[in-house]
Amino acid sequence: MILAALISLLIIGGLLAWLSDRFNPALPRIIALVTVFGVLLLMLDLLGEDKGWITVIDVSWLPRFGISFYLAVDGLSLLLIILTAFLGLIAIGAAWDEITERAGFFYFNLLWTLAGVVGVFTALDLFLFFFFWEVMLIPMYFIIAIWGHENKNYAAMKFFIFTQVTGMLMLVSILIMAYFHYLQFGVMSFSYEDLMRVSTSGETQLLIMLGFFIAFATKLPSIPFHSWLPDAHSQAPTAGSVILAGILLKTGAYGLIRFVVPLFPEAAMEFAPVAMTLATISILYCAKVAFAQQDIKRLIAYTSVSHMGFVMLGVFALNELALQGAVMTMLAHGLSAAALFMLAGGLQHRIHTRNMTEMGGFWVRVPRMAVVAMFFSVAALGMPGLGNFVGEFLSLLGAFQANLWLTVIACFGLVLASVYSLWVLQQVFQGKYNNSSIDESKLTDLTKREMLFFGVMMIGLVWMGLHPQSFLDLSAGTLSDVLTANSTTTVESVAVGTELVPPVLLGATP
Amino acid sequence: MTMTVADLFPLLPLLLVTGTAVLVMTFIGIQRHYTLTVSITVAGLLVAAVTAAWMLLMGSKQGGWQVTPLLIIDQYSLFFTIVTCASAIFIALLSYSYLRQLPDQREEYFLLLGVASIGAVVMVSSNHFVSMLLGLETLSMSLYGMIAYPVHVKDSAKFPLEASVKYLVLSAAASGFLLFGMALVYAQTGTLGFTSLVSLTAAESAGLGVGFSTLALLMIIAGIAFKLSLAPFHLWTPDVYEGAPIPAAAYLATVGKAAMFVVLLRFIGMSDALQFSGVLLVLSILAGASILVGNLLALLQQNIKRLLAYSSIAHMGYVLIAIIADYHVEGSISIEAVSFYLLAYIIMTLGAFGVASAVSDSSSEKDHINDYGGLFWRSPWLAAVFTAMLLSLAGIPLTVGFIGKFYLFLAGVEASMWLLLGALILGSGIGLYYYLRIVYRMVMPVDESGQAHDEPSLGGYGVLTVLTGLLLFLGVYPAPVMQLIELISVGL
Repeated sequence: MILAALISLLIIGGLLAWLSDRFNPALPRIIALVTVFGVLLLMLDLLGEDKGWITVIDVSWLPRFGISFYLAVDGLSLLLIILTAFLGLIAIGAAWDEITERAGFFYFNLLWTLAGVVGVFTALDLFLFFFFWEVMLIPMYFIIAIWGHENKNYAAMKFFIFTQVTGMLMLVSILIMAYFHYLQFGVMSFSYEDLMRVSTSGETQLLIMLGFFIAFATKLPSIPFHSWLPDAHSQAPTAGSVILAGILLKTGAYGLIRFVVPLFPEAAMEFAPVAMTLATISILYCAKVAFAQQDIKRLIAYTSVSHMGFVMLGVFALNELALQGAVMTMLAHGLSAAALFMLAGGLQHRIHTRNMTEMGGFWVRVPRMAVVAMFFSVAALGMPGLGNFVGEFLSLLGAFQANLWLTVIACFGLVLASVYSLWVLQQVFQGKYNNSSIDESKLTDLTKREMLFFGVMMIGLVWMGLHPQSFLDLSAGTLSDVLTANSTTTVESVAVGTELVPPVLLGATP
Repeated sequence: MTMTVADLFPLLPLLLVTGTAVLVMTFIGIQRHYTLTVSITVAGLLVAAVTAAWMLLMGSKQGGWQVTPLLIIDQYSLFFTIVTCASAIFIALLSYSYLRQLPDQREEYFLLLGVASIGAVVMVSSNHFVSMLLGLETLSMSLYGMIAYPVHVKDSAKFPLEASVKYLVLSAAASGFLLFGMALVYAQTGTLGFTSLVSLTAAESAGLGVGFSTLALLMIIAGIAFKLSLAPFHLWTPDVYEGAPIPAAAYLATVGKAAMFVVLLRFIGMSDALQFSGVLLVLSILAGASILVGNLLALLQQNIKRLLAYSSIAHMGYVLIAIIADYHVEGSISIEAVSFYLLAYIIMTLGAFGVASAVSDSSSEKDHINDYGGLFWRSPWLAAVFTAMLLSLAGIPLTVGFIGKFYLFLAGVEASMWLLLGALILGSGIGLYYYLRIVYRMVMPVDESGQAHDEPSLGGYGVLTVLTGLLLFLGVYPAPVMQLIELISVGL
C-alpha cells in the first residue's frame, strides 16, 4: 500500500502545486518541498526492513492481458528511490529562485517526473514499467521546452523522440516475452516473475534483449545513442539538469540490472563483450569530447556519459563486485553530477553565459563557489575517500575479472577525467580575472541556502567514500539475486524454447 | 418473404435515426428554429444510441439478427451504431456553435448530418454489397452537402465548393471501382452477399480462376482504400479537409472512416480475402505506404486541418496492420485491436477537431498552427485538452491512444509482422515530431498578434470535457471496455 501511497502523494502534490499557483505564487514550491520530503520520510521508514521484497502491492489492472498494478521495493529500488527523493529536494532548492514564471506548472511537472521515476524503480509488471517509463517523459519534455534556454525546442524534441522511439522497441520486446509466456503457459502475463520463467533460445533471446538494451542504453546513455544528452542538459533549467543527470539516467542503468541481466541470462553473457566495448568507448570518447567543449553544461553532460560508461562496464561484467560498483557509481554520480550542474546553473544565473572562454579567475570573486566546485570536480575525477572512487574502483575491479584488456583501456578514462575536471577549474576559477564580458555586480558568492544544499551533498559523498558498506549492504541482496537468476539458468541452459514463427514477410502465401 | 413487426425490432436504432432525420426535415418545413433543430437532432440520436446500448447489454441473439439478406444486427454492429450516434451528437454540438453566425439558412445542415448517420449505421450493419453501397452513398451524398454547406456565404472561411466537388468527383470514381469489383465477385459467386471466395475458386474454378478473384477483390479494396484515404489513394484528403468546415471535416474523418473500416473488416472476414496472396501483399503495401506517406507529409504542414488529414492517413495505415494480422493470428485479438483502435481514433480525432472548432466559427477559422501560439497561457483548459488529444494521437501513456497502439503492437507481434511493426515504430517516431511541434507552439509565450476569442461555447465545453474524460479514463482503466470489445469481437 505504501508504494501506491507514495506515487499518489507525488501525483496529488503536483496537482495541488499547480492549482495553488492561482492563490499565491510562492505556494507551489512549498507544497512541492513538503511532498518530496514526505516521500523521503516514507522511504527512510522502510530502511530497517529485511532483505527481499520489502513491500509489495499487486492489484489486477487489465485482466484481459494478465496485466496487474504490481509494485514492489527491494534494497536496490529503495536506495534509488531515496536518491530520487533526495535529489528531488535539491532540484526544488535549485529552482527556488530561478523559476519565477508559471511556477505552479513547473512544480507540477517536477513532481510528476518524480512520480514516473518512482514508478519505474518499483514496477514489477513490465507493462506497468513501460507505462511509467513513458509517463516520466512528458513532464520532463515540458520542463525543458518551457523553462529551457535558447535552443530549447530542439533539445526537448530530441530528448523525447530518442527516448520514445527506443522505448517502442522495448515495448515490442516486452510483448514478445508476454506472447511467449502465452505460448508456453497458456496465459498472457507481464509480471516479472512469470516472464523470468519464459525460456527462449539463442538468437531469439538476443534479439529480444536488444530491444531492452537499446532503450536502456539510450537512457543511460551510451554511445552510439548518447547524442540527445548534451543538448537536453545544456538547454534544461538547472533543476531539470539535476533531475536528468541525477535520476533519469539512473533509470537506464536500473533497467539493465533489473531486467536485462536476469531476464536474458544467456544473451547478456553472449552480448557482454559488445556492451563492455561500447562502455569503454563511451568512457574514453566522451571524456575526450568533454575536453573540447566551451559550454560548461555541455562539458558536464559529456562527462556524465563518460561516467555512466563505468556503470555499463560494471553491469556487463556480470559479477557481484562489478555490479556493486555500478550501483555505487550510480549513487555517487547522482550527487556529484547534480552538484556540478547546480554550480554551472548558478554561474549561468549570475552572469548569463555558459561559455567558459568568457570566464576566468573567479576564485577571487567567489571563493566559496570555487571551493565547492573544487570539491565536486575532485569527487568526479575519482579521488579516494569520496563516493565516486569507490564506485569506479569496484566496477573496474569486477570488470578486470571479466575482460582484462577492455578494463585496462577503460582505466585511462580516470586519467582523462582528471584532465577535464582540472581544466574546468583552471578555466573558470583560476588564471587571470576576466571580467571583460560579464556584469561584475551580478557575480555574487553562494548564498546560505545554496551552501546548505551543497553541504548536504558533500556529506553524502564523503559518507559513500568512507563507509560504502552501508550502501553496499542494502543492494547486495538484490544483486546476488540478479546474478543467481543469471547463473542457474546458464547451468540449466537447455532452453528448448519456442522458436518465433519465422518472420512472415510481405505477401506470404497460405 | 414477409416481414413482421417482430422483424423490425432489431432495426430499432436504425429506424430511430431515420425517424430523427424525417422529424428534423418536417420541423424545418414547419418552422425554422436553429436551436430547436439542433436539439431534435441531438435528442433523436441520443435515443437511438441509448436503444442500441440497451439492446447490446440485453444480449442479442447468438450470431445476431439477419434482417432481410441486407442487414445483420449483431453486437458488433450495435456497438458501432452507438459509436456512430455518439460521434454524430458530438459533431452536432460542435457544429451548433460553429454555424451560429452563418448568414444563410443553417438548419438543413443538421438534416444532412442525420441522413449521413443513417448511411453510417447501415454500413456498420451491412453484410451485403447492396446495403454496403446504399449506406456508403447515403453517407457520401450527405457529406458533399455538409462540406459545401457555407458555399453561398460571401466571406466563407475556406473554399468549401472546391473541397466538395473534389470529393464528389473522386468519390464517384472510387464507387465505380467498387461497383466493378462487386460485379466481378457476383460473376464468381452468383450472390451479392458477403461470402467466401476461397471454396468457390477451389471447387468451381472452371473458367474463372484465382487471378479473377484477386482482381475483383483488389478493385473493391481500391474503392474502399479511397474512402479510407490510404496511400496512394489519399491525394484528395488534405484538400478536402482544409476546404471543409471543421465539423464536417471531423465527421468525414471519424464516422466516415470508422463505418468504412467496419465494412472492410466484415468483408475481409467473410470473403476470406486474405487467403489470396496478392490481396495480402497489396494490403501490406497500402498499410506501409500510408504510415510512411502520411507521417512524412504531415511534417511539412503548417495548417492544423491538413496536418490532421495526413495524420489520419497514417492512423488508417496503423489500423490496417491489425486487419492484416488477422490472417496470421488465432483468435480474435486482431479484431479487438481494430475495434479498440477505431474507438480510440474517433475519440482523439474528434477531440482535436473539437478544439479547432471551438475556437473557430464559420467566418474565421483558426487552422494555422500559429493561431495556437501561447494558447496554454491564454486558455489553459483548451490547451490542456488539445495537448491530451495530440499526445494520445502520438500514443503516449495515460491516454486511450496508448492502449490502442498497445493492441496494434500486440496483434503485430503475435502475427510476427516485423516489417510492418518497423513501419509502425518509425511512423510513430516521425509522428511525435509534428504533434509535439503543436504542443510546443502552445506553450510558447503569448503572442499578442494572434489574439482570438478562445472561449468555446457551452456545448463545445461539454463535448471537449466528455471526450477528454473518455480519453483519460480509457487510457488509465480500459478494462471494462476491453471486456466489451472482446465480447463483441468474438461473435464477428
